[in-house]
Amino acid sequence: MTWETVIGLEVHAQLATNTKIFSAASTAFGAMPNTQACLVDLGMPGVLPVLNKGVVDMAIRFGLAVGATVAEKSVFARKNYFYPDLPKGYQISQFELPVVLGGQITIEVDGKEKVINLTRAHLEEDAGKSLHEDFEGYSGIDLNRAGTPLLEIVSEPEMRSPAEAVAYAKKLHELVQYLGICDGNMQEGSFRVDANVSVRRPGAPFGTRAEIKNVNSFKFLERAIMFEVERQIDVIEAGGQVVQETRLYDAAKDETRSMRSKEEAMDYRYFPCPDLLPLIITPAMIEVVKAEMPELPDAKRARFMSQYGLNDYDAMVLTNSREIADYYEAVVAATGGKDAKIAANWVMGELNARLNNDNLSISESPVDAQRMAGLIARILDNTISGKIAKDVFDAMWTSQDSADAIIESKGLKQITDPVAIAAMVRGVIDQFPEQLAEYKGGRDKLFGFFVGEVMKATKGKANPGQVNQILKDELAK
Amino acid sequence: MNFHQMTMVQLAEQLRNKSVSSVELTQYFLDRMTQFDGQINSYITQTPELALAQAAAADARRAAGEDGLLLGMPLAHKDIFCTKDVITTCASKMLANFKAPYNATVVEKLNAAGMVTLGKVNMDEFAMGSTTENSAFGVTRNPWSLDAVPGGSSGGSAAALAAGLAPVATGTDTGGSIRQPAAFCGVTGIKPTYGSVSRYGMIAYASSLDQGGPMAKTAEDCAHLLSAMAGFDERDSTCAEGERPDYVTGLNDSVKGLRIGLPKEYFGEGLSPEVKAATMAVATELEKQGATLVEVSLPNTSAAMPAYYVIAPAEASSNLSRYDGVRFGHRCDNPKDLKDMYIRSRSEGFGAEVKRRIMVGAYVLSAGYYDAYYLKAQRVRRLIKQDFVDAFDQCDVILGPVAPTPAWKLGEKTADPTAMYLADIYTIPVNLAGLPAIALPAGFSAGLPVGVQLIGNYFSEPKLLNVAHQYQQATNHHIQMPAAFA
Repeated sequence: MTWETVIGLEVHAQLATNTKIFSAASTAFGAMPNTQACLVDLGMPGVLPVLNKGVVDMAIRFGLAVGATVAEKSVFARKNYFYPDLPKGYQISQFELPVVLGGQITIEVDGKEKVINLTRAHLEEDAGKSLHEDFEGYSGIDLNRAGTPLLEIVSEPEMRSPAEAVAYAKKLHELVQYLGICDGNMQEGSFRVDANVSVRRPGAPFGTRAEIKNVNSFKFLERAIMFEVERQIDVIEAGGQVVQETRLYDAAKDETRSMRSKEEAMDYRYFPCPDLLPLIITPAMIEVVKAEMPELPDAKRARFMSQYGLNDYDAMVLTNSREIADYYEAVVAATGGKDAKIAANWVMGELNARLNNDNLSISESPVDAQRMAGLIARILDNTISGKIAKDVFDAMWTSQDSADAIIESKGLKQITDPVAIAAMVRGVIDQFPEQLAEYKGGRDKLFGFFVGEVMKATKGKANPGQVNQILKDELAK
Repeated sequence: MNFHQMTMVQLAEQLRNKSVSSVELTQYFLDRMTQFDGQINSYITQTPELALAQAAAADARRAAGEDGLLLGMPLAHKDIFCTKDVITTCASKMLANFKAPYNATVVEKLNAAGMVTLGKVNMDEFAMGSTTENSAFGVTRNPWSLDAVPGGSSGGSAAALAAGLAPVATGTDTGGSIRQPAAFCGVTGIKPTYGSVSRYGMIAYASSLDQGGPMAKTAEDCAHLLSAMAGFDERDSTCAEGERPDYVTGLNDSVKGLRIGLPKEYFGEGLSPEVKAATMAVATELEKQGATLVEVSLPNTSAAMPAYYVIAPAEASSNLSRYDGVRFGHRCDNPKDLKDMYIRSRSEGFGAEVKRRIMVGAYVLSAGYYDAYYLKAQRVRRLIKQDFVDAFDQCDVILGPVAPTPAWKLGEKTADPTAMYLADIYTIPVNLAGLPAIALPAGFSAGLPVGVQLIGNYFSEPKLLNVAHQYQQATNHHIQMPAAFA
């Protein structure tokens, strides 16, 4: 008998505002503990929250991007529970009336498209952090993160495999970065995924689910779900029952562990926060955001194919992130839009390899789009060959010089004078009479040997196309 | 000079014509506090050094040519307003050691106007109570009768004013907490429209009901103090935007043609004959001045009490969660783990009434009970609001008693919280509706003051202050002082 896996994801995307959702304190990551927690974040007696308008625009942007309903009226509510890193004893969130309702994300797995429906997305504040390791007999509390704005995005339980869950999470990850509402940094916790997982016989009602927390990479998400599915099937097949609970994924042991069961689940005593007015979003506010919406990944992909004549794969790779797409388009524009395919090959090939090698993002690339375009222009006008261009690129990576300056100073300009090339070709042929004889005797493979020798003699600077042609002519003589 | 018998406006004239300096006036009140406060315990914290420094600064500003009615005027702050570097206790053991790192907006504004802080006055713990008996720093006594309660929760403010230990004071009113002690102590106090005065820095009890306001001898003094307290504050999202009305200019308008509504539900069973008589006497005086009386109905009045005791504790249970012993306030000795720290810190830090309301609040918000209690109470709240909307179709202001009786004896109702709660029946509907209301002295019964209240439509404070001022122009209840403190 087969089992069907049912997965729904809850994603906490940290919104990329400079200040917190209800205070003016900075949201920058990595500061000294408690240096970015103001009176409001500390939950001092008498202080009050004031909504950061920036988060509202971001929520609207997200709602529009996924085709959701942006609620005309949504309400902030208090989620009450005690924890030392929750300064007020409650988290301000949204409960009954969230800011974004519905929406869809289209994923592709094994070449097949599937639409995943969203339940909702709501605004809330993050808690601080508890540090249990560093203090003997005490816990440390860092409230820098307290009050950081989050958009919690909840999907319907419509994913049926770990691969679908990962595809959905990646798609969402790409989208929030495209929209400029989240930096997507999973290591710093800017994009956190919780998975609700259950199994059932095909066609049967939903099974009891477990919520898996603490998954901070796509790889771990896949592994955590795989482990959890196996665990649940084992429990049921052994005659047991899955209990509804929260489980933590332990990456080191590659397993999920029970954190708390439903019986221990807290009653959060939600009620509307009396310190904040209902959030009213007018059609005019939505229009303003709509007018400033960036192009979304799917649309950009289609445009790259039609506008630049790229194939599906290239278009997908180049639109994987907004930064890569912007870089690519800047290179194409700077080269006059002449050969978009060469630009694509360079961005996806050499540039990408060097970035990966040096562990840099494209925004940190030592070679910016303008300098990259300068290099490609010299390939296009035959000043240098593609092979020499790689040497030039290497030199550009470690200096601030332009491609032209490097070509000039290293004397790498391509030799395209047919008379000069012919002279060198003849010189090489004269140097290797034995090989010439063999070639004439039918060893066609030696053609490559002669090409190599000519290139060696010209230090790679001869135009390869011309070398081929002239060599062919000379050997035929 | 008997400065303590003067109204604030009279004292301002003394300062303005340089008959007295702010330092001298401040010292005068500090001396009275030393001499008399032992009898009534109205102050939790006296701040003589701060006061004299502020007074000297005010004198310097005046010497430099600045003028202003509040410049150099001493006042007492209810100990619910955060004052930078001065202990702010909210009358709780929980905050007995809490030095606020900032000033409440109200404090900031009054400081800027040049006012002088004499100290922080007593109250019911976290503003929960009607007698100031629920204070971790001892009960405050009523200057008119030392074995009577001063009312609450702003009982320290009212008692200090009645005893002449401050010219004016701040108070807060969540369920009658300005008006009822004003009535019990024979002073004037106005609870402004919700959103008129910033709540920033005013320690929260029930956020959707809390509102700060002025207390003084007269409506005119209240008008001047409110002018400095009110105003939009971007740090309070529930604070009304835009300009506040002019509270002072219309004080001397005639009340001719004013329609005064007498809600029949406020004159029924439970109202003592002497309070009823005093209230009707106020109606008669205003009628004499040209107002007309109309009977109105507020049919849902009896539902206000249960609704209030769901909504206020619900919000309080959440607002008071931050007192957990982690970052400030009381922490128990040698906690053995986190849970122990929470339980003992809060059990030791909070008094009985606060614990009672936290438990009620947590209960009405809990899963399975939320709809039956909290949501239903919110529906009642809308009905009560509608009652007033309907009544204001027929009248301009509503006149009624503040409390069913004058002040009762200390300890008289502490054993029966429900009886105590019921004494707030006339004040609480105003908070649920968010309306403004002013309490003013209307006479005496067996030596104890009796107060009445005028309730107005949203942002009609100028009208309420005007009517109260006109009444006070024709009467002298408000300038009486208890003999022991005169």
